[in-house]
Amino acid sequence: MKGILSYNVSPSNQELFMAKTLFEKIWDRHVVRDLPDGTSLLYIDRHLVHEVTSPQAFEGLRLTGREVRHPELTFSTMDHNVPTDDTRLTIKDPISKAQVEALETNCNESGIHLYGIGDENQGIVHVIGPEMGITVPGLTLVCGDSHTSTHGAFGTLAFGIGTSEVEHVLATQTLRQKKPKTFKVEFTGKLSPHVHSKDMVLKLIGIIGTAGGTGSVFEFCGEAIEALSMEARMTICNMAIEGGAKAGLIAPDQTTFDYILAQDRPFVPKGEALEKAMEEWKKLPSDPDAVFDRTLTIDASKIAPQVSWGTSPGMVIDVDTPVPGLDEVPGYSAGDVQKALDYMGLDAGQKLTDCKLDTVFIGSCTNARIEDLRRAAAVVDGKKKADHLRFMVVPGSQQVRKQAEAEGLDVIFKAAGAEWRWAGCSMCLAMNPDKLAPQERCASTSNRNFEGRQGAGGRTHLVSPEMAAAAAVAGHFVDIRTWNGGEN
Amino acid sequence: MEAFTTHRGILAPLDRANVDTDQIIPKQFLKSIARTGFGPSAFFDWRYLLMGEDNPEFELNEARYADRSLLVTRNNFGCGSSREHAVWALAQDGYKVIIAPYRGEGDDYIPGFADIFKNNCSKNGVVTIELSEAEVETIFQAVYGEDGLEASVDLEKQKLTLHGDSEVTFDFDYDASVKNKLLKGLDDIEESLLFLDDIKKFEETHATWIHQ
Repeated sequence: MKGILSYNVSPSNQELFMAKTLFEKIWDRHVVRDLPDGTSLLYIDRHLVHEVTSPQAFEGLRLTGREVRHPELTFSTMDHNVPTDDTRLTIKDPISKAQVEALETNCNESGIHLYGIGDENQGIVHVIGPEMGITVPGLTLVCGDSHTSTHGAFGTLAFGIGTSEVEHVLATQTLRQKKPKTFKVEFTGKLSPHVHSKDMVLKLIGIIGTAGGTGSVFEFCGEAIEALSMEARMTICNMAIEGGAKAGLIAPDQTTFDYILAQDRPFVPKGEALEKAMEEWKKLPSDPDAVFDRTLTIDASKIAPQVSWGTSPGMVIDVDTPVPGLDEVPGYSAGDVQKALDYMGLDAGQKLTDCKLDTVFIGSCTNARIEDLRRAAAVVDGKKKADHLRFMVVPGSQQVRKQAEAEGLDVIFKAAGAEWRWAGCSMCLAMNPDKLAPQERCASTSNRNFEGRQGAGGRTHLVSPEMAAAAAVAGHFVDIRTWNGGEN
Repeated sequence: MEAFTTHRGILAPLDRANVDTDQIIPKQFLKSIARTGFGPSAFFDWRYLLMGEDNPEFELNEARYADRSLLVTRNNFGCGSSREHAVWALAQDGYKVIIAPYRGEGDDYIPGFADIFKNNCSKNGVVTIELSEAEVETIFQAVYGEDGLEASVDLEKQKLTLHGDSEVTFDFDYDASVKNKLLKGLDDIEESLLFLDDIKKFEETHATWIHQ
C-alpha cells in the first residue's frame, strides 16, 4: 500500500529527478544497451592510438576481415619509441622502427589521422589530445595506455584499455563494460607556495595506496582543484591510475572552457555546434545532492612537497621526513619495504635531501606541458645545474616545444646546462634511447617509480617539476619551500 | 579464444605484493608487432642475471616449479601499465591460473588484481582467482611445504583444490559474464557485433562533438 507522501511517478521521470554524479551523467549518455550479463555496451567517442599497443589489434582486424568502424573518431601519434635528440627523424633500432612503420601503414590503410614523426603536432598522445581539441568535455575516450586517465581533467570519461579492447573499439566503436563505482576526492583549502598538483596526487596515492581506487572512478573536487589550471588538472587525473582507479574526473568549468577556446584547436566543434555542445557541457557537473560510493577529504593547505622513496608510487613521503622503516609503510609488508629499500640503495631513517642525484628528467605525459616547463624554468632561471648530474628537459609535444621557445624557456634551460629535447615519452619508460644506467638515481617528473621503469636497475624518485628543477641546481633534493631562504 | 573449463597442474609461488606489469614484461619487449614469443621474457629482470643466465635467487626459477601452470601471489597483481603483453607473456610462459588475495571489506575492499590486467586476462583465457588473505596464506604454506604440489580449478563450479597429502578445496567468486565467456571461449567482438543494429540506431542521435 502506498504511503501518504508517495507520488505516482513513472520510472523515466523518477530517473530524471534523481541526482547524478558527473560520472553517471557521462555513463548514461553512452550506454547503447544494457546487456543481460550485467555489463553495458558503451559507445566510445574518441579512440587514441599509439605505436606500442595497436599493431596486434590491427592484425586482428585483418585476420577476421573487419574494418575500422569510425576512422574519423580515431587519432594516432608516435611517442613511446621516438628518439628525442637530433636523430629523432631516423630511428636506429630496427625493432622500434618496424613498430613505428607498422602504425604508419595501419593508419594509411584505415584512413586514421596520424601525427607521425616530423609532424609539427606530434607528441605524447595525452598531451596532443587536448592540444588539438580531440579531447573536450562529456566524452568517452579510450587508448591502449593506462595514462589515458589524463583526459578526465576535461570532465570526460577516459580510461586505458588492453590491445584486445583496442581491437574491439576499432571494430565496433563500443566496449562492453561493467559500471565502476564512484569515489569523490575533495581537496579543501589552498595549497602552500611551491606545492602543486603533482604533490596533491602523490599525497593521495600515499594515503590510499596503489590499489585504493581499484574498481572506481575518482571525481576530484574542492577549492584546491577549482583553483588549478588545466595543465595542473591533467597531472592529477594522469596519475589516477597510479591510485588503481579506472579513471579520474574533474567537472568542466570556466577554466576548462577557456582552455578549449584559447586558441584554434582543430577538432573542437565550431559555431552553432559549439553553442549546443557548450550547453550540454555546462550540465555535466555532479548535482549537489548526488551520492558517491566513497568519499575522502584532504586538506590541501597541509600538503608538503612529495618525493617517492621506493618502487611503487604509494611509497612516497613529505620531502622533510626521513625514509620510513620496515613497519612504517601502511599497505606494504616489511618484506616489500626491504626489497624497495635495497633496490633504491636507501636506508630507513635516511633523509632524501642527502642523496646525490645522477639525472634530472623533466618530461612525460604527467608533467611536460607548457605550465610545467614555465614552473621549472622559473626555478632554474639564472642558475646552473650541479656539475655532476645530467639534466634533461623533454617537452610533451612539438607544440609545447614551440611555445616554450617563443617564451624563451629553452634559453633558460640551456643556460642552466639542460639538454633541450624534442617531444616524446623519453626517459619515462626507456623504450627509446633515453634511459638510466643501473643504479643511477633520478629525480623524475614522470609517473612510475617501478623497478627498471627508466632503465634496468635505474632508481626513480617521483617529484613535481619545481622540485626536479631545484634538485638539478642543488645536485640533491631540497625542500623548495625553504631552499635559498625561501626566495624561489 | 580457447575455452577454459577445468585445469590441473603444478602450483608455484611469487611472494610479492603490487607486482606491476613493467616487471611482468619489461618495456624492451613491447616493441614487437607480433602476438607471440613473449613467454621467455616474463619477469625478465628478476628471472635472468646480466649475462642471461637464470637468477638462482628468483623463486620461480627453482627446479620444482619448472612445469608450473598455476601461480599464487600477493595483492594488487598486474598494477601499472595497460600492456596486454603482460598477459600474453604469462599465458605463453604456461600460466593458466593466477591466484591473489583481496583485502578488507566494504569501503576498504581492495581486489587481488589491478583492473586492466584482470580484464586483459579475461580476453586471453587466463583465470584470475581472488581469495581472502588467510586462504592465500594457507596456499603459500602448502606450496612451500610440498614439492610439486598440484592444484586444480573447476571454473563451472568455482572451486580451487589443492591436491596435497590431504585435499583442500576453496570456493571462489567469479564475475558471471566473464565466467560464461571463458567457459565457452567466446569472441568478444563477434558477440558485440550481434548488437550492430543497436549501435547504428544509437549513432543516429548521439553527438560526438567532433569538428570534421
